[in-house]
Amino acid sequence: MSREDIFAALLEIVSEIAPDEDWSTLGRDESLRGKLESMDFLDVVMELRKRYGVEVPESDYGKLGTLTSCVDYLEPKLKDR
Amino acid sequence: MASTSNCRQDSERIVITGVGLTAPNGNTPAEFRRALLEGVSGVRDYSIRYVGDTFAGLCDYDALRHQKRKEVRVGTRAGSIAIYCAHEALSDAGLSVGESLEPSRTGVFIGLTEHGNVETENEIHELGKYDYQTRYWSHYHNPRTVANNPAGEVTVNLGLTGPHFTVGAACAAGNLGLVTGAQQLLLGEVDVALCGGVSESPRTFGIFAAFASQNALAHGGEASRASRPFDRSRNGIVISEGGAVYVLERLDRARRRGARILGELAGWCYNSDGTDFVLPNSERQAECMSSALRRAGLRPEDVDIVNTHATGTPAGDVKECDALRSVFGGGCPHTYFNNTKSYIGHCMGAAAALELAGNLAAFEDRVVHPTINVEELDPACALPNLVLNEPREVDGVEVILNNSFGMVGINCVLIVRKFR
Repeated sequence: MSREDIFAALLEIVSEIAPDEDWSTLGRDESLRGKLESMDFLDVVMELRKRYGVEVPESDYGKLGTLTSCVDYLEPKLKDR
Repeated sequence: MASTSNCRQDSERIVITGVGLTAPNGNTPAEFRRALLEGVSGVRDYSIRYVGDTFAGLCDYDALRHQKRKEVRVGTRAGSIAIYCAHEALSDAGLSVGESLEPSRTGVFIGLTEHGNVETENEIHELGKYDYQTRYWSHYHNPRTVANNPAGEVTVNLGLTGPHFTVGAACAAGNLGLVTGAQQLLLGEVDVALCGGVSESPRTFGIFAAFASQNALAHGGEASRASRPFDRSRNGIVISEGGAVYVLERLDRARRRGARILGELAGWCYNSDGTDFVLPNSERQAECMSSALRRAGLRPEDVDIVNTHATGTPAGDVKECDALRSVFGGGCPHTYFNNTKSYIGHCMGAAAALELAGNLAAFEDRVVHPTINVEELDPACALPNLVLNEPREVDGVEVILNNSFGMVGINCVLIVRKFR
């Protein structure tokens, strides 16, 4: 997957997890914390596992702070998908 | 009419000041009442995994009226129904959180037949897509399936900080939820009780399969005629969802704020059969009715409407009729009997609370809604003044007795009287 593909996939996931939020205005370097609660992050982790077979250990949760940091973290894990 | 109500202090009298509901044939008390008087069934064709084609009563209330989309996604159907009904009940009572409603003095007490089956079945079904590896199991499973869930979801949604819990009482739960609300008010634990019952049961295949295995699931024919208590050809229960939440208050508070009063809880009783997992016990049902009447200071002949519990099973309906004859058989010319499940199926934990709500308007319109779908009355279910197929206008309605009975032998009878 390209970086743009991963951005799009992430936006799809967070839009389903927090459907009342306006995701169109979120900057790629803006913290996701403003729109996602702690249980929502667990949903993101679960969806990455279900959809892409990616495991995110708890010690790496801090790397999912923004869309850009998520893509940085996921790009090597998804490069062959 | 003999009564103890008027001897009690206002602080010891519990009144209904609001009702919110969703039924398979109406999403407000007025819509529901209209459907009951016009003979509109809420039962439809339905299919659920593993079981296949069957019937169910389903609600079409607008969940997003009082919940965000995320709340609906994360929460349970029972929670959503309870939230909808609680909001509608508060609005009906003219109360709003933070203004006329003190969050810490408001309690939520919701009756349930069962809870957690829907959520557990869904998770196991989902897990099947991943070779049953439990790392795919949702972290929401626990908050969705804890037994207090539907009542708790109401407090989270409304920001209420008083007590909440659910009342597990099989199909007597709707009445027992109301009784619990009244008791919490009498104990002084709360000033306002949001109470009643809810059901999400059509979403669990297990309840359909179990009733089918018991030869007690309605089958065959048209959906609108599938639920037909007292009919000779009845063949079982229609599983339904729904909810009814009431605002209960002590009379002194209700008077102080000038609340409109829809009725007064005059008396109640709950007891146990102590005999069987499934089969009802006529003697204990009769004792429950008689005790509720005694506590209300009423005689059987003082009752104007008996809303029966009958679910449409061949054995259960006869048992209840036997109990009714033993209580009301001694000359009650002005006591009329009806049944609401013939329209909406069996709304399980919501059943009694919904069925009472469908009859409350009779205090004002003096009409007894009928039992529909009786083409040929089973002689074993014949009762004097059983109102069949057409509404019956009566001289006046002062007292409603609402029956509810459930599995493993639990009975709860609630008597509501017109407020005087």
